Amino acid sequence: MYNVQVYVTYKDSVLDPQGQAVQGALQRLGFEGISQMRIGKFFEMQVTGADQGAVIDKVEAICDQLLANPNMEQYRYDLQLVEGAK
Amino acid sequence: MKFAVLVFPGSNCDADLYHAIVDVCHEEAAYVSYTATSLAGFDAVLIPGGFSYGDYLRSGAIAKLAPIMTAVVAFAKAGKPVLGICNGFQILTEAGLLPGALLPNRQTHFICETVALQVENSDTRFTNQYVKGATIALPIAHGEGNYYCDPETLAQLHANHQIAFTYATDVNGSLDNIAGITNEAGNVLGMMPHPERAVEALLGSADGLGVFQSILKSGVATHGE
Repeated sequence: MYNVQVYVTYKDSVLDPQGQAVQGALQRLGFEGISQMRIGKFFEMQVTGADQGAVIDKVEAICDQLLANPNMEQYRYDLQLVEGAK
Repeated sequence: MKFAVLVFPGSNCDADLYHAIVDVCHEEAAYVSYTATSLAGFDAVLIPGGFSYGDYLRSGAIAKLAPIMTAVVAFAKAGKPVLGICNGFQILTEAGLLPGALLPNRQTHFICETVALQVENSDTRFTNQYVKGATIALPIAHGEGNYYCDPETLAQLHANHQIAFTYATDVNGSLDNIAGITNEAGNVLGMMPHPERAVEALLGSADGLGVFQSILKSGVATHGE
C-alpha cells in the first residue's frame, strides 16, 4: 500500500486571482520578495497495491479523470510505500 | 416538443426552467432525476443552474459522473439539442461536451446582476430568434463564470462560429467576453447567463424567451411538423 499526496494547481498560463489576492496581502504585511503565489488543492489518499508502476498508473488516471481538469489545471504527486502493508 | 429538465442534488433553477417551458412557452416538460439512465421520449435536454454536489472539487466535476450523464452524452452525440445554463454550462465542459472550462470570476466574488449581452451568432438552434449583433439583457448569478480555454481552442471557437453570446463589457474576466458557446456540431449550447429568469416582463426582461423559442423553431424544422 502507498500513501499518496496529490497537488493540483492552475496551469501557469491561467490567472489565479486568489493567489494574487494573497500575494498582495503578504506585500501589505511587509514581506518582500514574494512572487508567483499560487493556490491549489491538496489530496491525500492510500492506494492498495504492491507494484509501484500500477499504483502510479491508477493515481494518474484518478487525477486525469476527476481530481484535476486538464483544461485548466496541472498536478503532481508523491508516493510513499507503507511498510508491512500490501 | 418535450423537454427534459435534469435535476441534480443542488440544482436550484430547475423549477424556473420548467416554468419557462410549460407556463410561458406552453410546451411539455418533465423533471428527470440524476439517477435516471434514459432520455427516451424527449426532444431536448435542459441542464439547470445551481450547485450540483455543492460545487465540491470543481463546479460540475462530480455531476458529470451521475448516471443520467451517460444518456446525455449519447443524446448530444445523436445531434439532439442540449442546453446547459450556469452550473449546466459547467457540467457540460466537465463532461467534455463543450470545450474549455469555467474559472472563478477574476474579481473572486459571486456576481448577481443583469448584464448586457451581444448575440454573436443568430444562426444556431438556440439563437435563431435573435438578430445577429443585437444587445439583450439577461441576469447572471455565478462565482465561477470566467470562461477559459487554450489559444488553439479559442481560435477554433471563432473560426467555427461557436461563440453564441458575449458580454457587452468585461464582467468576470472571460476570454473575449465569452458568455455562451456551442459545440462544433451546434446542437449543444452552454451559457452562464440565465434566460429562464428573463421570460416575462414581470421579471424585468423577456429577452431570454428567444433561446427557448429558437429551440422550438429549430425543433419544428427538424421534425417537419
